Amino acid sequence: MSEIAELPEGLWYQPDVDTSQIPAIAGVEAVRSIRVPARVEYLYTPGRAPTRFLRALAEKRIMGERCPVTGKVYVPPRGVSPVVGLPTEEQVELGHRGTVTTFCVVDIAFTGQVTETPFVSALVLIDGADITLHGLIQGIPPADVRPGMRVEAVWVPDDELSTSFENIRWWRPSGEPDVDPDTIREYL
Amino acid sequence: MRDVAIVSFAQTVHSRRRQDVNEVELIQPVIQEAKERVGLDRHDIGFTCSGSSDYLAGQAFSFVMTLDAVGPWPPISESHVEMDGAWALYEAWVKIQTGAADTALVYGYGKSSPGDLPRVLSRQLDPYYFGPLWLDSVSVAALQARAMIDSGKLTQRQMAETAARSRAAAKANPFAQVKGDFDVEAILAEDCLADPLRRHDCPPVSDGGAAVVLAADDTARRLVERPAWIRGIDHRVDSHNLGARDLTRAPSAALAAHEAGVSGGKVDVAELHAPFTHQEAILRAEIPLDGAEVNPSGGALAANPMMAAGLIRLGEVARRIIDGSADRGVAHATAGHCLQQNLVAVLEGDG
Repeated sequence: MSEIAELPEGLWYQPDVDTSQIPAIAGVEAVRSIRVPARVEYLYTPGRAPTRFLRALAEKRIMGERCPVTGKVYVPPRGVSPVVGLPTEEQVELGHRGTVTTFCVVDIAFTGQVTETPFVSALVLIDGADITLHGLIQGIPPADVRPGMRVEAVWVPDDELSTSFENIRWWRPSGEPDVDPDTIREYL
Repeated sequence: MRDVAIVSFAQTVHSRRRQDVNEVELIQPVIQEAKERVGLDRHDIGFTCSGSSDYLAGQAFSFVMTLDAVGPWPPISESHVEMDGAWALYEAWVKIQTGAADTALVYGYGKSSPGDLPRVLSRQLDPYYFGPLWLDSVSVAALQARAMIDSGKLTQRQMAETAARSRAAAKANPFAQVKGDFDVEAILAEDCLADPLRRHDCPPVSDGGAAVVLAADDTARRLVERPAWIRGIDHRVDSHNLGARDLTRAPSAALAAHEAGVSGGKVDVAELHAPFTHQEAILRAEIPLDGAEVNPSGGALAANPMMAAGLIRLGEVARRIIDGSADRGVAHATAGHCLQQNLVAVLEGDG
């Protein structure tokens, strides 16, 4: 199959088979490897809470959901509060700004990456949420990104909005002063 | 050995597609109901064990996503098996035997609807010889049914009778998916899906789940008036190589039944996890059930949520002991193709 790469030498090892010990296959060249293409397809449905989240995103709104016991707001919601195991039913509209809690600078290119290296991959605590969300940071040299930095969402143009998390292209500095590190300590 | 009992059981209403919910939304109400039936909350559970399959979800570590439903914070003692929840129950039973827990929550779930189930299940075959043939699960079962018929152990009419009896029994099961009165002659007049299996010989494709609460000794007695004590439980495996087996037999089921002590008393009710009609005949020959009522729930022919259908057999027997309608019952769960792996438990009530 042309689309499948050759096995790299040295990574896979098949010990030699001493076929002389088995009369029926004496002198037969041992099979060292086989290729078995496999494909199974799935049609996903996101479920109730993620559907609510995705439909709101298409309207350029970020909706979290509140734990009925602790009051914590989760985004993206999965439908159940991960701390108490009860359904989340109250939707909470979140801001379009947030705070970088942690980040890393990606210097090595990889298949499928969406921006040029180096780029910054960060966890952003969206205003009003109690859990961080993964996002890219643009509009600032990677060396200047820091925990506590305030950022704002950069959306795709309105006519490209869809029920997709890719509506938020990335986050960029909002120009606000950094937050006190103590206020994000819980989310690290 | 500690006395360990099933004290609570809950299941979903099984259906062909639950596209409205994701897995955690599917199983959360069932977990909550199983705990609330015996007045427990998450802090009262000593050990949690689940059964599910990434091949059904199409996602690696998919069970982690459903852990939200147990509220695992502060950190809990938890485990998972990539098998039917019946095997999760076995692990929980062992955990309680070690003294590390007095109670356990066990659940199993599967949404088969996102994928093509017979094709997904073909991935249970070995990757070198059978797997590349993409032999789907219905075709593999048909090989076994053909072996049963050719050996003279079973007729297609008897298979149709099992289908009709199971779906009729399921009329009393509010959680069943395929139920009703079916005519044996009409079934036999249908074309085969995979010769000699007709549609009626096959289980439905189901989305669903189930949960059970286990408790030991006085804890069990405190939670429920009549605990369903697990008097014996054992699981065994036959060869993975279909060509190395006599497909008309399931020696691992017979051995598990022996080790679980099935023949130690009268069996009032048995729930056998036989997804295909001919498999019930194999299990009846391997497990000494005498005059027991078999599959009053309709069995896997009435609802077959993958990774839960075996656990449901345990729950269905336990339910009948807890409510006093049975004194001693046998529950069986299977996994793999052609009844390759089998678990048997004997459940009893007091007095």
